[in-house]
Amino acid sequence: MTPDQIVALLAAAVTAGAPLIYAGVGETLAERSGVLNLGVEGIMLVGAVCGFAVAVATGNPWLGALAALGAGALLAAGHAVLTVTLGAEQVTSGLALALYGTGLSAFLGKPLIGVPNPAPFRAFPVPGLGEVPVLGPILFRQDALVYLSYGLALATWWWLARTKPGLHLRACGESPEAADAMGVNVAAMRYGAVIVGGALAGLAGAYLSLAYTPAWTENMTGGLGWIAIALVIFSTWNPLRLLGGAYLFGAVDALGFRVQLLGVETSSILLRMLPYLFTLTVLVVITVARRQASVPAALGRPYFREE
Amino acid sequence: MSTGAAAPPLARPARAEPPAWVEAVGVRAGSIVAAFAVGAVFLAATGHDPAHAYREMAVGAFGSSFAVEQTLVKAIPLALAGLGVALAFTMGLWNVGAEGQLAVGALAASWLALSAGGLPAAVVLPGLTLLGALGGAAWALVPAALRAYAGVNEIISTLMLNYVALLWVDYLVFGAWADPTAFSFPYSRRFPEAAHLPRLYGDVHAGALAALVAAAGLALLLGRTRWGYEIRTIGASQAAARYAGIPVRRRILLVMATSGALAGLAGAGEVSGVIHRIQQGLSPGYGFTAIIVAWVAQLRPWAVVLVAVLFAALLNGGFVLQTAGVPAAIAYMLQAMILTFVLAGEYLLRRLRRRRAVAAARALAPP
Amino acid sequence: MRPPLVELRGIVKAFPGVVANAGVDLTIAPGEVLALLGENGAGKSTLMQVLAGLYRPDAGTILIDGAPADLRSPGDAIARGIGMVHQHFRLVESFTVTENVLLGQGERRFLLRPAADHARVARIAGAHGLTVEPRAVVRQLSVGERQRVEILKMLYRDARVLVLDEPTAVLTPQEVAPLFAAIRRIAGQGRAVVFISHKLDEVLAIADRIVVLRAGRVAGEAQPAETTPRALARLMVGHDVDRPPRPVAAPGAIVLELRGVDATGEGGRRALHAVSLAVRAGEIVGVAGVAGNGQRELAEVVAGLRPPEAGEICLDGVGIGHLDSRARWRLGIAYVPEDRLAEGLIAPFPLAENAVLRDYARPPVGRGPLFDRAAARARAAAIVERFQVRAPHVDTPVRHLSGGNQQRLLVGRETWRRPRVLVAMHPTRGLDVDATASVHRLLLSLRAEGVAVLLLSESLDELFALADRIAVLHRGRVAGERPTAAATREEIGLLMAGAVP
Repeated sequence: MTPDQIVALLAAAVTAGAPLIYAGVGETLAERSGVLNLGVEGIMLVGAVCGFAVAVATGNPWLGALAALGAGALLAAGHAVLTVTLGAEQVTSGLALALYGTGLSAFLGKPLIGVPNPAPFRAFPVPGLGEVPVLGPILFRQDALVYLSYGLALATWWWLARTKPGLHLRACGESPEAADAMGVNVAAMRYGAVIVGGALAGLAGAYLSLAYTPAWTENMTGGLGWIAIALVIFSTWNPLRLLGGAYLFGAVDALGFRVQLLGVETSSILLRMLPYLFTLTVLVVITVARRQASVPAALGRPYFREE
Repeated sequence: MSTGAAAPPLARPARAEPPAWVEAVGVRAGSIVAAFAVGAVFLAATGHDPAHAYREMAVGAFGSSFAVEQTLVKAIPLALAGLGVALAFTMGLWNVGAEGQLAVGALAASWLALSAGGLPAAVVLPGLTLLGALGGAAWALVPAALRAYAGVNEIISTLMLNYVALLWVDYLVFGAWADPTAFSFPYSRRFPEAAHLPRLYGDVHAGALAALVAAAGLALLLGRTRWGYEIRTIGASQAAARYAGIPVRRRILLVMATSGALAGLAGAGEVSGVIHRIQQGLSPGYGFTAIIVAWVAQLRPWAVVLVAVLFAALLNGGFVLQTAGVPAAIAYMLQAMILTFVLAGEYLLRRLRRRRAVAAARALAPP
Repeated sequence: MRPPLVELRGIVKAFPGVVANAGVDLTIAPGEVLALLGENGAGKSTLMQVLAGLYRPDAGTILIDGAPADLRSPGDAIARGIGMVHQHFRLVESFTVTENVLLGQGERRFLLRPAADHARVARIAGAHGLTVEPRAVVRQLSVGERQRVEILKMLYRDARVLVLDEPTAVLTPQEVAPLFAAIRRIAGQGRAVVFISHKLDEVLAIADRIVVLRAGRVAGEAQPAETTPRALARLMVGHDVDRPPRPVAAPGAIVLELRGVDATGEGGRRALHAVSLAVRAGEIVGVAGVAGNGQRELAEVVAGLRPPEAGEICLDGVGIGHLDSRARWRLGIAYVPEDRLAEGLIAPFPLAENAVLRDYARPPVGRGPLFDRAAARARAAAIVERFQVRAPHVDTPVRHLSGGNQQRLLVGRETWRRPRVLVAMHPTRGLDVDATASVHRLLLSLRAEGVAVLLLSESLDELFALADRIAVLHRGRVAGERPTAAATREEIGLLMAGAVP
């Protein structure tokens, strides 16, 4: 590969990593509060279809992104009701949400198949930074949602590590008993984290239909939601490491695509297995190497004061 | 023997209450009704007449002998995969890879069917059934071994392997196994007659029998055997299982393999009993729906069969609705709503029993 | 006496299976150390958890400064100046001391400022004489240090009422004095301290006023100067308590022997170092130690749940270190684990299926591949009868039984076939006085039958009452071993603290 090709590959990795960052940061928030949300894939699909529909109707991609945020928040709120208030098994509720979201997106998206998107997010160089050699084309000739994704990961890391609400959120995921005894409203924190997390998953989906491949196709996420959940484990619940992980996965994705362009003799279908096999491999390596030391201690455990 | 031998320390509960099963069945039935009610609101909100839609669905699912056959045909893979999922969940293993295990089972069965040449049905049918089960079991053993020996989260691993399995099907039906007479349609040649599962009633193939046998076997396994006791113990408390010296790792392998084998059987049944070839999209998400089926059935084997029929009816009803202009996806949404309300119902049941226990404690305390 | 800071009127609180408070009245005055005395299950903790906003009372009112207070959450209670240190600490293990102190209600602010926060926590800790390193992660702290963090959390918020639930249960005798000094200092600032305990001597030493609870009601009130331990004990239990007599030991041959055993604990740290210990037939060997000094690992290494990394474990002189828990059970090693409902029993399962957890694989329950449910019920009924387990039915889930009945079922199952060795860890934790006495009688009768008993307990009273010899674990080593008759509490306490007396 020539240097130019490498830069192009890395730029593609950053683009492909953006939805993983949104969904992964959202899932990090939920899991750090103690709630596993396996519904990301479904939420992303609903976000993608709602964002697309609103963008087509209004001609404004920002309104589409806003709609996706709202739709994601609404679905995640359902998960929060079931798991936080009703204490339902988080795995089951999340899986149901994934399936429900898939069904709902197909339901809502039927009339949108084949409709062109008149108003996608377009890439634009950041004045000045876009001209920096190497880094410019990789990081600063992207679209607005990619730029926002950098800030989101950094801001979430800072909020979790350096602010009191962040401390409270982490306490809910580590020991809801301790948090509750000191007057932290565990249910409210968990609701907040799950809903914001869901909104971000919705936005991740909208990124696909409004920027990445600006169109709506059924099941267009193709498992990205699940990969985002694996990424959260991979990053040990740290938004900064998540940033790195998302670009690594983005690179694998982009590489698969590029190997084809380079004319290497491989079936495109086998190459599409790559991200899933890579996720599995990384998961195995991480599990064996780390022994899950940093899992939020109360992840998956409902909290009721009197039981 | 009766427990009457220990009569003195045993005392009946003081107050007459509805039997536990009446309550349990009542709450679950109520959950399903509530799901349909919310579905009706959703339909009305999106401009459809709910009464009309539900009537159409009922007719589509059960309105004719053909409809009943189609419903039962769809219930077969849901029941088989649902039983497998229920078994794994009983042990606390989140096998969400039934879709992939189903696909690999279908692949293994198809391999024999497509390469059987002139072998007689008496050889091919048992062979492809066995291969289907083995294929699903093998696919499930990968995450099982990773979980048992390296502690790898089986939710993610089984899910990732779903995608790999489905792409593997694509790879073969677009490539080596593609039907040479079709113009790049994603399916294989039609299986020879010897590889068609016999029919029992209309379109209902012998897989129905397998599903019933599997349900009976699972009920027996869980309730009446040492393995069943061990599996339930592991699911209820890993610490207690370790304490009792139950070989947890070996049971993980056993349970996942069985779970995968049941999903694999479902896959073999689809290719050799229904579509008679292997194709892209051979399952409309049976392996995922099976998860909801298992949970709605509260992991009870016979209830899985019943819920599988209900969910198959929803799928069929959904297809019929599509012709009336309502997207078929409404069926999936109804299924998800049913699960949601069943989960909520569990909560109500728990609260009810707790409140009753508190009241009983207060009633018994001296004034 | 000054007007009460807090007044509880007619507090009622019920749980499934038990009425914890059946109409309790209590006043708490500023500047006093009020002891809440009672047996396990008397309702002391529940009452204070109602005051701390953790439980909503079913009936009754709470008055703070004379005005009714509706405490809907611990946050409400903290805002009204009530702070509670729970018996099971409520700390976030992965957080630093400072993070734990800052967590929750108090000053309204957004940013954490680590350097300034550490300094501030250190200053407040110093002002109250509670030495603790603000930067330390709680997971690495000793139990005594954790307790200081809990107290610090409340003083940081300037609590006016500080409730301490069984604060000495986890301390060595030597750690008690500094705690009492801190309590005196805190009360001297005009704060009220509620000291929950079931230990008569401690209550008499620290309290200004003693309120005794029994079976969810106030059984009486006393001034330390005007009462006697015996009178308090009678108030607590309702009748005179007789210690089960411990006949003279007639120990036989060595049954269980550990020689130089090393083992690894959770998280991979070395938990046992070259532990050597012998238990003879007809002997109870007690193991004392501050929680977390290797007791759990010792019990598990004997029961076969934790492989030894070095050394030998012998039963009747034969090495069994390589055998798993089932093989050891078959050789006669029974085990009553610390967490009875999570490990020794299966909470959602009925009595019948719990009664056969050890023997399900053998006849009459396990016949070939089958599991005979009728045989399991019969076994359960037999255990229920012989060990006087009070249960509605053998099909009742064990989580619906009281702690005492759960323990009777568990001990009954473990000793059903007379074992060679019984390992019992905290066998009376959380049990009421009658259940405790029945477990004690059972241990002594096993001793009389020639069983080798290894008793790990956090209660020195229990060890001194039952054990023939007491070994002390400190940081995974046997710090010392004494015949009970020749040992003093002070000596054992020093060994527990790691000091060589």
